[in-house]
Amino acid sequence: MPVLDLGGILLVSIQGELADNAAVDLATDVTTAVSTTGARGVIIDISGLDMVDSFLARVLAEVAASARLLAAQAVLVGMRPSVAITLVELGLTLPGLETSRTVAEAASRFGVEIREDPERRAARGTDRTPT
Amino acid sequence: MSTDERTETTLPVRNDTDLMAVRQQVRAMAQRLGFGLVQQTKLVTAASELARNTLVHGGGGSVSLEPTSDGDGREGLTLRFVDEGPGIPDVELALRDGYSTAGGLGMGLSGSKRLVNDFSVDTAPGRGTTVSITLWSPLAPFGRR
Repeated sequence: MPVLDLGGILLVSIQGELADNAAVDLATDVTTAVSTTGARGVIIDISGLDMVDSFLARVLAEVAASARLLAAQAVLVGMRPSVAITLVELGLTLPGLETSRTVAEAASRFGVEIREDPERRAARGTDRTPT
Repeated sequence: MSTDERTETTLPVRNDTDLMAVRQQVRAMAQRLGFGLVQQTKLVTAASELARNTLVHGGGGSVSLEPTSDGDGREGLTLRFVDEGPGIPDVELALRDGYSTAGGLGMGLSGSKRLVNDFSVDTAPGRGTTVSITLWSPLAPFGRR
């Protein structure tokens, strides 16, 4: 899973089906990248996920907690509406996780401007996003 | 309705790669049965939670996917998670939000129950565990979907 350095903030786009061990690797990779780059923020884009279960929710919450201990803030972006409905019913509202609507909006929290191409708005997390 | 939709499938649950296959198969069958996107997501999420329980607590087992209908035009999908593990000594306790014996969030079993229409647990110490869930499609207006 690639972790992109956008100059002071990191961008992680989770794509498609994620095996449990891949999720754990992701947590390690992101936390290590926060430490080595000294990033202030970590944007986690989950618009590519059609399902988040309690295992993955816990991994995401742990990434955010580890990032916070390293003085970086994690922001979750692009959750699909069907995933949000399911997570709430499951009882997992992820109170420790900050959310933003788009990657650009999340980046602007950290003073990084990303110009969004109006023709192809990425990472809005619709249920029509292809997997 | 093609015979394909009526076919019962049994999948192994032996490792976390099997969990991915279970999620994919449940999603595919729910789509074929005409479930809406939110319902598909709920069922796939419940399947992921329960299959992980089969793996982590039951030491592995299997899941069967059984399309069903109630005679009133409602289509349903029943999933049966079977293991021959140690069983659950206190089901009521295991169904409590936040109760976990594996260091998880403790929402898997209790949360899955909220995601589906029918939910039952058949277990006893030393006798393994079978969890059955069914999600029904909403009644189709005018007999069509």
